[in-house]
Amino acid sequence: MKKLKKNRFKIRFPSSTDNLEMIRDFIRKLALKAGFDEEGADHIALAVDEACTNVIKHAHEYNARRMMDINVRYTQRSFEVTITDTGKGFDPSHMPKPDLDKYMHEARKGGLGIHLMRTLMDEVKYSFNPGVKNQVTLVKYLKSEAG
Amino acid sequence: MSGFEVRRHDNGEVSILHLKGFLDAHTAPQFEKALHELVKENRVRIIVSMTDLDYISSAGLGVFMGFIEEIREKGGDIKLSSMSEKVYKVFDLLGFPSLYEIFDDESGALARFNETY
Repeated sequence: MKKLKKNRFKIRFPSSTDNLEMIRDFIRKLALKAGFDEEGADHIALAVDEACTNVIKHAHEYNARRMMDINVRYTQRSFEVTITDTGKGFDPSHMPKPDLDKYMHEARKGGLGIHLMRTLMDEVKYSFNPGVKNQVTLVKYLKSEAG
Repeated sequence: MSGFEVRRHDNGEVSILHLKGFLDAHTAPQFEKALHELVKENRVRIIVSMTDLDYISSAGLGVFMGFIEEIREKGGDIKLSSMSEKVYKVFDLLGFPSLYEIFDDESGALARFNETY
């Protein structure tokens, strides 16, 4: 892990599901340090797990030689995680909320993570430049915990 | 690293899968394999007990979705039991309580199978 300026961190992982547990630990610890309670930190770690899983599956198609960068920065008000990949772009921003009945009938397994990310975080933003740099940014505000 | 473990215990016609550890995109295939083996053996009355499950992501929830229709078509069901508040919260966020019966403990789930069949 590389500490950049104050409250800014950067870490690079091979794009493999092997690393998800380590990524969650890294995010969780920083979220606690930033002032979130256990539940808030767990929710951020879960949302980041979902975003990284999407990169591993869709952008890098399980190619562990590809890397993903995770940047974290936090202030007294917010906690922001940006995940960067260089794979093919995958834009889920217009995906509707999953219809579980339909999922069940079609035995579908994917797409639930996007909904979890949107539910757990205050903001989910995407930017795409396929093959060059794609980013998903997840933001959670500290004040939302109090309210 | 705590990893993930799935243990199977058969009780009459009901099979209980005990999940332990972290169920994410890395470990979901192990859970999928365990459910697949049960379906292959036509053991479709299944309780998934989560006393020792510390974490679940959508990859784990997706495994339930992948099997439930087939299991119900065969006359069985997947009933869930013994989940922590933290794990329940994830199921709840995705609306799973309306699709699956959730029990506080295994005995409640077993009793429901015995009532139904």
